[in-house]
Amino acid sequence: MTEPVNGGAGRPGGSGEAPAGSAPAGRRIGLSHGDGGLATRRLVEEVFLSRFRHPALHALGDSAVLDWEASRGGRLAFTTDAFVVEPAFFPGGDIGRLAVCGTVNDLAVAGASPWLISAAFVLEEGLPVSELESIADSMASAAEEAGVSLVAGDTKVVQHGRGDGCYITTGGVGVIPPGLELGPHLIRPGDLILINGGLGEHGLAVLSRRPGLAFDTPVKSDCAPLNGLIRALLQASRVRFMRDPTRGGVATVLLEAAAASGLPLLLEEEALPVSPAVRAGVEVLGLDPLYLANEGKVVAVVPASEADAALSALRGHPLGREACVIGRVLEAGEAPDGISRGARGRTGGVLLLRTALGPVRRLSAFSGEPLPRIC
Amino acid sequence: MELDAGGTPWLSRFKDPGLARRLIARLGRELSRPVRVMEVCGTHTWSISRSGIRGALPEGLELRSGPGCPVCVTDQTDLDRMIALAGRPGLVVASFGDMVRVPGSAMSLEEARALGADVRVVYSPLDAVALAGSTGSQVVFLGVGFETTAPVAALAVEEAARRSLKNFSLFSRHKLLPPALRALISDSRTRVEGFILPGHVSTVLGRRGFDFLASELGVPAVITGFDPVDILLGLKELVGMVCRGEARVVNAYGRVVREDGNPRARAAMDRVFQPADELWRGLGPIPQSGLRLKPEFSPFDAEARFPLPDPAPRPLPRGCSCGEVLKGILAPADCPLFGRACTPERPVGPCMVSSEGACAAYYHYGWVPAREGGEGR
Repeated sequence: MTEPVNGGAGRPGGSGEAPAGSAPAGRRIGLSHGDGGLATRRLVEEVFLSRFRHPALHALGDSAVLDWEASRGGRLAFTTDAFVVEPAFFPGGDIGRLAVCGTVNDLAVAGASPWLISAAFVLEEGLPVSELESIADSMASAAEEAGVSLVAGDTKVVQHGRGDGCYITTGGVGVIPPGLELGPHLIRPGDLILINGGLGEHGLAVLSRRPGLAFDTPVKSDCAPLNGLIRALLQASRVRFMRDPTRGGVATVLLEAAAASGLPLLLEEEALPVSPAVRAGVEVLGLDPLYLANEGKVVAVVPASEADAALSALRGHPLGREACVIGRVLEAGEAPDGISRGARGRTGGVLLLRTALGPVRRLSAFSGEPLPRIC
Repeated sequence: MELDAGGTPWLSRFKDPGLARRLIARLGRELSRPVRVMEVCGTHTWSISRSGIRGALPEGLELRSGPGCPVCVTDQTDLDRMIALAGRPGLVVASFGDMVRVPGSAMSLEEARALGADVRVVYSPLDAVALAGSTGSQVVFLGVGFETTAPVAALAVEEAARRSLKNFSLFSRHKLLPPALRALISDSRTRVEGFILPGHVSTVLGRRGFDFLASELGVPAVITGFDPVDILLGLKELVGMVCRGEARVVNAYGRVVREDGNPRARAAMDRVFQPADELWRGLGPIPQSGLRLKPEFSPFDAEARFPLPDPAPRPLPRGCSCGEVLKGILAPADCPLFGRACTPERPVGPCMVSSEGACAAYYHYGWVPAREGGEGR
């Protein structure tokens, strides 16, 4: 566990993406790339305009100016997100793919069809231009998968040592079709809780490449745009509530849903999909997959009567083959069999887990990043 | 390190929920009277809470958590020394992750870092040696932990000596478990009738290293692993001995723990460390229960290299019962601060900070009494 796998140089370790070849080898980001002059202009043209084709971006104005009809009849969803992942390249993706997928998924779980995104880059002096190109390639292919257009961007450069290679901040706009309403306030007792696949893959894949903690695992990040899957789900079934369980994992988003709905949610430990490789990894590190980040998963609460339709819609999509029911919504104040005396009487908006042994325990928010323990 | 993606069917038996449920039923039949035993190790505390065993125990069987959480038993004055070291300009302090959030008298290492201290989280003392080898700064490793981590700290010091590093040193507060168990038994308030012994420490000390519990003190004990079936097999054995009035030390973790433990790990400790009187948080001073560097390794002794004034001993925060919890006198929920003034977000005492701490394990895994009424496990 103490041997860094990829020499710590920050190059893609097993992610498979080769940097684009258009820049001369060894070129690095300098402060002049952020001064707004000729070098900035050249970098923007070489790295971004060559990969992102939307005319609003190519106009290079201070704002992207767009026609409005696309949103006719629906409501707008608007999101922003910052990406500072360490390392920037990890098995199954990189910070570029993550930035696009994360933004798209935040829109999709709000019920919106993702439409436009923006990206602002804070680059550290010394970053190889080839890495930035590799990141931009990933963004372009993820945007194409998701069917969104990048229409606005910005690039700034900070002195060496003042940043961590590349930070990306995105914005995203999507359109919610008329009549679609989602939210934890719609959750009802008896509803079922679904997920489209295994827990913790992104979190474990990133940890496996952390300097000082590197270990070999077949686990790859599940990072993927979910809007196609979610469109299929929404066409097949009524949905009360959706979230993408990123940072903090499935437990954290369901804790929030339980608190906001005022109803107890009960998860079944034996129903939680965790791949053998993730299980092996979390066991060694002493982590809980319920709290590990996912970047290609959606947790959905649906009426029990529609769960079969929802599951078959999910399973019919390549990102939902392993979809399953992981829990249900209880009546307010309902105490399931096996609940500890301690958890009784607090069954308002709580999240409960029936352990494989039978007893039911309460899940709580973890504070701070989960860290491997001393012994 | 390659993580086995498939897992072996044989090892997965130790997690089998059906087998565990049958063992719980048999455990109930072994129990002919109320019994209180202690799981010494924080990882056991964590596993018992997480797996649901804590909610499945038969009525009359009480499990108390012991002093086997390295962070929890680090005395406040030692913690303040570590934080003072971190405050020295130009000095890099390397620590296990658990330590950085523990509140000292004035601040935690994490808060010191926010104020500019260079505090690095490492996963092994050898990482700290590597860090020293790649920087000009003085690197101090904060040595906490029992017989499991002390051998690696010893190897780290030997490695630094081999490389003639002038900028690596160890602040040793490594501790030995057997003297602590002796001290616990001599405290009449503890009333623990048997021990679930720590599986990891036992890999180093061997079954023989704990034999004194039965042969000298007449207390039964079982060495177990950390999966639910391991723990339940161990508990069944232990409860049976307690109820029959037998005192033996049984190794129920034979696939990992040997009779004689790991002599090479003990030899590494013996080469580098010597026993010293040690102050344990909650348990107080225990003779010959700590490890300090031998004189020949004094160039690597952080306390010799960076002399610090002894911090004035400060009283524990008002109402904090970590001392009683670590001795098994109180269960976490018996502390008046538990879940109210003291939570993992705002811990008052160390038992709430480390994930191995009894209070944190009870809190995180929901074995919390309802304040609205009724008592919980």
